[in-house]
Amino acid sequence: MKNLFVYLEIEDNKVAEVSQELLTKGRSLANELGCQLEAVAIGYKLSNIAHEVIPYGVDILHLFDDEKLTPYTTMPHASILVNLFKEEQPQICLMGATIIGRDLGPRVSSALTSGLTADCTSLIIGDYEDKRNKKTFKDLLYQIRPAFGGNIVATIVNPENRPQMATVREGVMKKAILDEDYKGEVKEHIAEDYFTDNDLAVEILCRQVEKAANNLKAAPIVVAGGYGVGSKENFELIEELAHCINAEVGASRAAVDAGFIEHDRQIGQTGITVRPKLYIACGISGQIQHLAGMQESSIVITINNDPEAPINAIADYVITGTIESVVPKMISFYKQNSK
Amino acid sequence: MTYKMIVLAKQVPDTRNVGKDAMKADGTVNRAALPAIFNPEDLCALEQALRIKDQFPNSTITLLTMGPGRAADVLREGLYRGADKGILLTDRAFAGADTLATSYALAQAIKKIGGFDLIIGGRQAIDGDTAQVGPQVAEKLGIPQLTYTESIESIGEHSVTVKRQIDGGVEIAKVEFPALLTVTAAQQCRPRNAKFLMKYKRALTPGESAAQGKEPYPMDNPLFLAEWSVADVGADIVQCGLSGSPTKVKKVENIIFQAKESRRIEDNNQEIEELVVELLNNHTIG
Ligand SMILES: Cc1cc2nc3c(=O)[nH]c(=O)nc-3n(C[C@H](O)[C@H](O)[C@H](O)COP(=O)(O)OP(=O)(O)OC[C@H]3O[C@@H](n4cnc5c(N)ncnc54)[C@H](O)[C@@H]3O)c2cc1C
Ligand SMILES: Nc1ncnc2c1ncn2[C@@H]1O[C@H](COP(=O)(O)O)[C@@H](O)[C@H]1O
Repeated sequence: MKNLFVYLEIEDNKVAEVSQELLTKGRSLANELGCQLEAVAIGYKLSNIAHEVIPYGVDILHLFDDEKLTPYTTMPHASILVNLFKEEQPQICLMGATIIGRDLGPRVSSALTSGLTADCTSLIIGDYEDKRNKKTFKDLLYQIRPAFGGNIVATIVNPENRPQMATVREGVMKKAILDEDYKGEVKEHIAEDYFTDNDLAVEILCRQVEKAANNLKAAPIVVAGGYGVGSKENFELIEELAHCINAEVGASRAAVDAGFIEHDRQIGQTGITVRPKLYIACGISGQIQHLAGMQESSIVITINNDPEAPINAIADYVITGTIESVVPKMISFYKQNSK
Repeated sequence: MTYKMIVLAKQVPDTRNVGKDAMKADGTVNRAALPAIFNPEDLCALEQALRIKDQFPNSTITLLTMGPGRAADVLREGLYRGADKGILLTDRAFAGADTLATSYALAQAIKKIGGFDLIIGGRQAIDGDTAQVGPQVAEKLGIPQLTYTESIESIGEHSVTVKRQIDGGVEIAKVEFPALLTVTAAQQCRPRNAKFLMKYKRALTPGESAAQGKEPYPMDNPLFLAEWSVADVGADIVQCGLSGSPTKVKKVENIIFQAKESRRIEDNNQEIEELVVELLNNHTIG
């Protein structure tokens, strides 16, 4: 009872990266709380899932296997979670801050009147003192996320309501297999007992899933451009540098909003999280929401004409100068000196 | 065919243009320095509703917003753009609401409006980027939801078919009325002055009329903006505002990043070449 649950996102019978990352995070939180880690798989033909996830340290895997449960639609998945959670009374539930997680999480939290914090960048256990009502709550989940226009980070807690729910973006937590031979129990539920035909209100007429158009998430080197790049034309300089050193191109939200580059290259709290060995930030000021997506890069180089740009605080190398002047130099010196 | 639509719109601080004066000396956010705007994706929600109304002119669009008195600006802008009616849900007891308490209040107001086919909201509001209120309103009303809608593909007598974004792609989904959609900015909104319904700039809530020493507009006048309180929508006060919010803010801190030991490099050939060579030699690049 009162365990930590992770909702598994499943596409093509594979558990999503983000769910695997949450299992690893969930395992360590469960150890700290002295509770068990449980996972919920909802879909069709799920026989391989146990093998995939139990090595992350899953103590109990709940399976809801039914043809009607795939492709994902909101209501049957929500009903299953709501009914399961009424029985199991979890203390914490974690989901990916993916489209599915952001569609499902609020529906479930509303039905259970439990709090939900979106897009957390850090989760830790701690106590909370409600000064007004003079009550202390032990071992709550601190749900930490950047908020409001940058510069602030909020710690959110749900003292009274359970489960404490949070979503986390892909790439924010690290995944790691705990033990290939971990012993976990599989509970096969009769899915139909947990949802009704009324939940099948949405009909999916057609679906197109493509592989990600870029390899930003896994790229060992990222060259990212910000608003300071100035124009779509100047962004070609960023692309040229990236091409030359075998890097992927990333961007800040301001650069995406300005139309310099496609949205799927946005890095940050509301974009992709990357942790490359080298991150070159060009004309990016370094607001908290951007840092949230790249601050774990091993080496950071910044190119900015403002020597005081906030991003310089996390940089290993600070190049003070304009994109127009610095980037071509880097390209030509690379060409001269490589091989 | 005619459709009865409710559009959810929120007034938000324009966090996209946070300037230097947005932070006070003590490190807190200076809300007054940020202009209050119609949440961008809510404009897209209104746009989708207007497209349906273009096609089926007898359809109606009711704009609903919850917020302080000045949120009536959102209603005026909505009417100006072509909505038919505006409702401001406002009460001190709504203050401090998290997404759950907000969705409870909105759902109560929607029950009072009643008899709708479609509720359309933005995917998320730029002040928090949570994307929770839409699905929570749908749950409270017990109706299906389609989030991340990019466009409405077709609308029939009893159902709507939409194209929506999914992780790594798109899907076409169909749902019967009543249903709730949340929309993204995938489609361009019509320009602001496409319809010059100037008179709507004069629309007022009864509270605003009184403050200006004017007679309130009669309720059937399109310039009348309804103003509903907790009692008007029959809401349970405990489920509203701060007391109805399970999430509490434990603390808010300014982030001061631990400055790394960083090396300064000037923009000249020698220093940049040295850097590139160093990165090549230690196999960071190349
Ligand atoms: C809820 C929320 C979520 C957000 N999510 C994200 C997110 O996921 N990712 C993200 O990136 N942002 C996000 N933001 C936006 C974020 O707060 C910043 O607005 C954004 O990151 C700023 O982008 P920027 O650094 O490119 O632009 P700016 O802040 O405008 O910085 C431009 C920089 O370029 C420099 N510069 C100008 N000209 C030149 C030149 N010629 N050569 C060199 N340097 C030059 C300037 O000195 C400045 O430092 C979010 C905001 C909110 C409110
Ligand atoms: N106070 C409010 N009044 C009206 N609509 C709202 C309000 N808060 C949120 N919404 C709607 O819910 C959507 C998602 O909001 P959020 O969950 O805050 O990101 C918004 O785009 C609006 O359509």
